[in-house]
Amino acid sequence: MSPANYDAVVAGGGIVGAACAHELVLSGMRVALVEPSVICGGATAAGMGHLAVMDDSEAQFALTRYSQLLWKELAQRLPVSAEYSASGAIWVAADAEEMAEVDRKHRFYSQRGVPAEILDAQELAEAEPNLRPGLAGGLLLPDDGLVYPPCAARFLMGEAVASGLQIYHGRRVVQVTGNGAQLDDDAFLSATFTVIATGAMAGKMFPAINVQPRKGHLLITDRYPGFLRRQLIELGYLKSAHSLDVDSVAFNVQPRLTGQLLIGSSRQYGSEDPAVDNHILQAMLQRAIEYMPGLAGLSAIRTWTGFRAATPDKLPLIGICPGYENVYLATGHEGLGISTSLATGKILVDQILNRESAISREPYLPERVYALHG
Amino acid sequence: MSIETSKAGIVIVGAGPAGIAAAVSAAACGKRVTILDDNPAEGGQIWRGGRAKASTAKAARWFAKLKNSGVTVHASSRLIDANSIACTLRVETANAALTIEYGELILATGARELFLPFPGWTLPNVMGAGGLQGLVKSGLPVKGKRVVVAGSGPLLMAVASQLRKHGAIVPMIVEQANLTSLARFGVSLGGHPGKLWQAITLKASLGSTSYMTGSWVKAAEGEDKVNRIQIQTGSKIRTVDCDYLAVAYGFTPNTELAQLLHCNMKNGFAAVDDYQRTSAQGIFCAGELTGLGGVDLSLVEGEIAGYAASGRDDLARKRFPVRERARQFADGLNRTFSLRPELRALPDSQTIVCRCEDVRYGTLRQADCWRAAKLHHRCGMGPCQGRICGPATQFIFGWKQESVRPPVFPARISSLVLESTYTIEEGVNK
Ligand SMILES: Cc1cc2nc3c(=O)[nH]c(=O)nc-3n(C[C@H](O)[C@H](O)[C@H](O)COP(=O)(O)OP(=O)(O)OC[C@H]3O[C@@H](n4cnc5c(N)ncnc54)[C@H](O)[C@@H]3O)c2cc1C
Ligand SMILES: Cc1cc2nc3c(=O)[nH]c(=O)nc-3n(C[C@H](O)[C@H](O)[C@H](O)COP(=O)(O)OP(=O)(O)OC[C@H]3O[C@@H](n4cnc5c(N)ncnc54)[C@H](O)[C@@H]3O)c2cc1C
Repeated sequence: MSPANYDAVVAGGGIVGAACAHELVLSGMRVALVEPSVICGGATAAGMGHLAVMDDSEAQFALTRYSQLLWKELAQRLPVSAEYSASGAIWVAADAEEMAEVDRKHRFYSQRGVPAEILDAQELAEAEPNLRPGLAGGLLLPDDGLVYPPCAARFLMGEAVASGLQIYHGRRVVQVTGNGAQLDDDAFLSATFTVIATGAMAGKMFPAINVQPRKGHLLITDRYPGFLRRQLIELGYLKSAHSLDVDSVAFNVQPRLTGQLLIGSSRQYGSEDPAVDNHILQAMLQRAIEYMPGLAGLSAIRTWTGFRAATPDKLPLIGICPGYENVYLATGHEGLGISTSLATGKILVDQILNRESAISREPYLPERVYALHG
Repeated sequence: MSIETSKAGIVIVGAGPAGIAAAVSAAACGKRVTILDDNPAEGGQIWRGGRAKASTAKAARWFAKLKNSGVTVHASSRLIDANSIACTLRVETANAALTIEYGELILATGARELFLPFPGWTLPNVMGAGGLQGLVKSGLPVKGKRVVVAGSGPLLMAVASQLRKHGAIVPMIVEQANLTSLARFGVSLGGHPGKLWQAITLKASLGSTSYMTGSWVKAAEGEDKVNRIQIQTGSKIRTVDCDYLAVAYGFTPNTELAQLLHCNMKNGFAAVDDYQRTSAQGIFCAGELTGLGGVDLSLVEGEIAGYAASGRDDLARKRFPVRERARQFADGLNRTFSLRPELRALPDSQTIVCRCEDVRYGTLRQADCWRAAKLHHRCGMGPCQGRICGPATQFIFGWKQESVRPPVFPARISSLVLESTYTIEEGVNK
């Protein structure tokens, strides 16, 4: 097979690969994208699609907020199937200790110009009547949005294809060199730049970047329009250790535009088996029912699992892959890759083209992981 | 939330002919047997309604055997999940959920009607033949109504005859198989006097109903319900008025549970050895989910599975010749009524294929596999989880549904929440 020539080849057809390919094509490059399986069928088809702003660190905040604003802009073009809505999210506080965290978050966001509103117990109950009585309150983030990730990502890919993106579907990148990508059918795509957007699988090809799959469970219900109005997440994480290697569950529910409820979430390390683990599912559902007793009687139609690409410091890897020339990483987005995909595409292509970026790129550079591990 | 736990020796899922025969045979070997079924009464598809409504002498005989066998029957008990490592089944009832441990498990989950989409198939009064049969049994008045019965297979004659008994006018049976293959099959019936007799009596009771072969319903038309259909024979199309259209293109096996338990599949059916054993330790399958073959094959497969699960391979072996004869008959039947390729081309771009999510044929044509159709177009994402559109798209596009996730049937969330002994740190989030 004769070698094909591109300016850039992207490995991975999830939402991050789609966003990168989209940005590369718009910058005028000749681009190929390689996806071995169903387009947008990896973590992108498993995740919740909450477009969140987060405050774990300044860097996390900067990336999530930048991306959230990019989503708002994109929303005007998104098709109905992408199910975009800007319905907001509420962080739910169970007690006074968690209310203090609500105050802290509120200050954090207000200082940075992000709309945020404190709800007291009664306002919370009015906002979400199906929450159990007796909760302390919450923080409403009206700019948070929702999306159906596979269709949003496919829309980006579609726009890119219309501008010349070539998709190599059913093929896998088996090796990258400084000048292109070797596919599993022996074809070699020669390219000036290679972008690795293989999600939780990235650690397989580059063990040194220490990206670990972190398993999550979700459940979807039948249609119950009006049962839930906004994405709700518990603030309870404060009370538990911030451990990176202990299995955990949390109350996290999302109203789909179809009227269905998407219930999460769980985090597990060390499992690469996509089967549903009953003990995790049960713990997750028990937690959800504690917060929303009415969930118990709703009809569940499917459960599934997905794998987040976790990094040691909870920040993604966006930039040149240490030890390589012209090979770039766009992975490690853990539980925020839908939210931050658009910003990832922007700052990655900014780097490739030596453009200025809207936010500092420094915190996401992959070389930091090497620094972490000496 | 009331959750109970009970223990059982041999557990059988499905109380149709295969499940009943398996239960009776295992009980005869002295085993403790529990049989679970989501219907309110035992009998499965064909003997629906249980002992009280037994319609044939054979059904009555098996119901009596079951009653005298000491088998525990849990009706209205729906299996929602299973775990082949813990050897447990999770069952939902009207107001509770329970976990049942099994020593050996016999799956006899049968088959469901196969629906093929064509323009107008979603109109009111276009129904699955089995569905209409059920409605008529439970009192739907069809007296004086014009009902066309269409599709394929011997079931069409049985349905037409029942409808006529209830006073319906059945102008015609529309059978897609060609006359030549039917004739060939008729000759081969020589070795099966029982079946021959059945075929003749049914034919005799058809009276003024005409039997059209090599024909199929191309479209159903009407405003708020069907009132006209187009029947195609070769290149000829004729229009017929009707009040109901009963369609039966055959059956598709209920393999979800077997798949969830990691039993190997073969050509879309559960793969079993001579003793009806699957590839999964201690799990047997009998009846339609191992291959479509009707009551007699289901019964004998059930018996063999019941004996083998009880450790009585000797008794199982004695039934092999009976099974062999039933299988040959079934093979002939399946060959005769195999579906013609023209049926794949019936839907037009506006024809709904996934009824739960209103996904149309024109949309699905853009997808290249089941998973893409699901993820990008919501096909099969509804409460039925592709039970109807899955087999239809398999026939039309050749797509395979790769995966089964719990719950196998929609279930109350509370039914999925059982005491867990696993210690988990709660509350860690993003
Ligand atoms: C926002 C959102 C909304 C959704 N809404 C719905 C909805 O309304 N209805 C709906 O049905 N789904 C919904 N889904 C879920 C979707 O249908 C898939 O279940 C999801 O994409 C995860 O795929 P899966 O693992 O189930 O993949 P599948 O398509 O089931 O299978 C992919 C692969 O997963 C593995 N796998 C599957 N099952 C098992 C198993 N039991 N054990 C071990 N491995 C297995 C196999 O390798 C299989 O080939 C939604 C998803 C998202 C992100
Ligand atoms: C349970 C759960 C809930 C989540 N909730 C949210 C949420 O609410 N909000 C949010 O923002 N994020 C959420 N996420 C995270 C989000 O889903 C991911 O961060 C995001 O989908 C990552 O996208 P990706 O493109 O990097 O990975 P993927 O979608 O996994 O794409 C990677 C692709 O690479 C392909 N690939 C693998 N190997 C190769 C190879 N060698 N060559 C070529 N291609 C290859 C794969 O087939 C795959 O399609 C959640 C995740 C999970 C699991």
